[in-house]
Amino acid sequence: MDNSEKLALGLSGFLLVLFFGAIMYAAVAKDIDVPTCITDMEPFVTDTLFQTGPDTYELQMVARMWAFQPSTVRLPVGSTVDLYVTSQDIMHGFKVEEHNVNLMAIPGAINYMRVTFNKPGEFMYACHEFCGAAHHTMAGRFIIEERLDEPEIIGGTL
Amino acid sequence: MSDYTFRFSKSEKRLVAVLIIIPMVLLFIGVYGGLMQTLFRAGIIQSDPFVGGDYYKGLTFHGVLNAIVFTTFFAVAFGNAIIPYSLKKNLNATIAWVAGILMLVGSVVAAIVILIGEATVLYTFYPPLKAHPLFYIGLTLLVVGSWVASANWVPMYLQWRKENEGKKTPLAVVGMFTTFIVWFIATLAVAVEILFMLLPWSLGWIDEINVMLARTLFWFFGHPLVYFWLLPAYVMYYVFMPKMAGGKLYSDMAGRLVFMMFIVFSVPVGTHHQYMDPAISSQWKLLHGIFTFAVALPSLITAFTLAASLEYAGRLKGSKGLFGWMGKLPYFKKENWFFAYMITGLIIFIFGGIGGIINASYQMNTVVHNTAWVPGHFHLTVAGPVMLAFLGGSLYLVGQFLNKEVRLKAWAMLSPYVYTIGLLIMSYGLKIGGLMGMPRRTNTGASYANPDSVLYQADWIPYIDLTVIGGSIMFVGIVMYIISFFTTVFSKSKGSEEDAVVTFPISEPLHDEPATWLRNFKPYIIIAIILIVLSYTPVIYDVLQATYGGSPPFSPDSPVPLR
Ligand SMILES: [Cu+2]
Ligand SMILES: [Cu+2]
Repeated sequence: MDNSEKLALGLSGFLLVLFFGAIMYAAVAKDIDVPTCITDMEPFVTDTLFQTGPDTYELQMVARMWAFQPSTVRLPVGSTVDLYVTSQDIMHGFKVEEHNVNLMAIPGAINYMRVTFNKPGEFMYACHEFCGAAHHTMAGRFIIEERLDEPEIIGGTL
Repeated sequence: MSDYTFRFSKSEKRLVAVLIIIPMVLLFIGVYGGLMQTLFRAGIIQSDPFVGGDYYKGLTFHGVLNAIVFTTFFAVAFGNAIIPYSLKKNLNATIAWVAGILMLVGSVVAAIVILIGEATVLYTFYPPLKAHPLFYIGLTLLVVGSWVASANWVPMYLQWRKENEGKKTPLAVVGMFTTFIVWFIATLAVAVEILFMLLPWSLGWIDEINVMLARTLFWFFGHPLVYFWLLPAYVMYYVFMPKMAGGKLYSDMAGRLVFMMFIVFSVPVGTHHQYMDPAISSQWKLLHGIFTFAVALPSLITAFTLAASLEYAGRLKGSKGLFGWMGKLPYFKKENWFFAYMITGLIIFIFGGIGGIINASYQMNTVVHNTAWVPGHFHLTVAGPVMLAFLGGSLYLVGQFLNKEVRLKAWAMLSPYVYTIGLLIMSYGLKIGGLMGMPRRTNTGASYANPDSVLYQADWIPYIDLTVIGGSIMFVGIVMYIISFFTTVFSKSKGSEEDAVVTFPISEPLHDEPATWLRNFKPYIIIAIILIVLSYTPVIYDVLQATYGGSPPFSPDSPVPLR
């Protein structure tokens, strides 16, 4: 191996270590992580939303062919949501527009992520795993409002 | 090590030709499907003569035929050609034919089942969507055939080692064995998934299936599958390209090191496809992420070694300055058409490699997972460098093994450039669309890209349109290739079959280090097995712990289970 090769190898290794450092920084210092194993939760088959604190909510969401339940979630600005997602039939996917939430909805397992809504607006969530003939119609939305007295969830197809 | 020739038997030659030509027909059906998908997605068409209105059926055959069938056939055909040539030993033709026939029967059965709409499950065939049992049987035959084909090379190699003690194994042989070692380890998991889970469940012998377990086994296979595609292309890059450029391979040892690193790190990485999955602890996902970064290293080494080899070729031709060599390469030489397939693939792979590192980056995957970004990415790898190297290799192989002069060389030479332009445009559209939230595997034309739908997303439209433009240009590139390919196949042979011999452009090394520590596969296979056990035991444990209930089978057409 000549010197230029050693240099290239060293730089490549350094680059990868640098990238990996950034990942660890985000995970440890910024607490941005990927979903983990959820074992302390009873399996659920219906959707529910309840308030757990002044600005915090827990939302249990069920994906099924070909709708999310709920299909509309109305919340005030500043809400932090503990989001649990499962599937009632086959695999689905769940991703919220403009927010870092991305979850696989898989039958026989519960997936979890926390998300905070800091600005008002409508944010679509689309199913992103092929789930059969009407996969492309499977979507829902968060409606985040400045002033809202009664947070609510609405079921059915959008 | 100059251009030596080797005499293959008639039967061997016919086999290699069959293993190239029949999959080429299937590939073209798949490519047609790809073009139709871009039109479906943009809402330009709502049905096509092949799949009717069923976008997802088309997507299934596009994925299965192009990414699984064509690639596996090429890897086997290329091995059947380059291994006997490099070792100067003939194949056991009977075994090679049995393997080829298993693969052909399996692929045709799977293709028919897909086309009659009994396996609309995409190429990942995730349960609890159920395909017809014959789909799983077809895939099994394809895989078993590839096992038989590669097992056929083992005694040849052992014999060669006995006769050539102390000699280095030819680099091409190291590369092809690496390809099939990775393939064998990876397909063991999918064999378990199919034979013990999907097939009996599809036949009704077992009622329910653990979906997460099946998915995890699939990705045990699914990521090394990427290297099964890539490695034969690497063999061509290392062994053929420097010579075609008029130079030498910069370092022989770098090539050997790269292949051994692929054996070690190809498999314990699969969970990076499951970063967004439930039932797997995040620390194990991180561990797989670390190994994924490790498996990026051999590709970075490859980038350096190949660039250095090309630079050497350029300097031999009298280039000046730091980057002058780039202008001296044979980009548009009709007679050197094969080089065009290599260099375009390498250029695309710069983008493919960067995208791969982004996807592997743990929590950054949240932004891109299952969005259109992902097909945007893997078209820059499997449909880029892999596809182009395999197309170039296929044309070269049919020319050599049918003893024909390649026809329409100008078309053959220009095709990869046309294809590359289209591919870069299409992938750009998919990737930006993905960053905006466009889901993958989705018939957007019927909802998100349809102005009459409540789901209409106006800001995605320009990027969907880019995929139509790019996809159409890619299709033109492939048509140019197919015309050259079949004109060659149906042209007159160069002479009598008796004195027909085969040759390959084998590069000499510039630095030929002894590299004694890289001469044996065994230690690297052992390290690989240890890493696989360490990285997958906790993942499988988590999956079994954190899942509940089983899933009955579903058809893609109804929310009611099939039984
Ligand atoms: Cu879906
Ligand atoms: Cu991968």
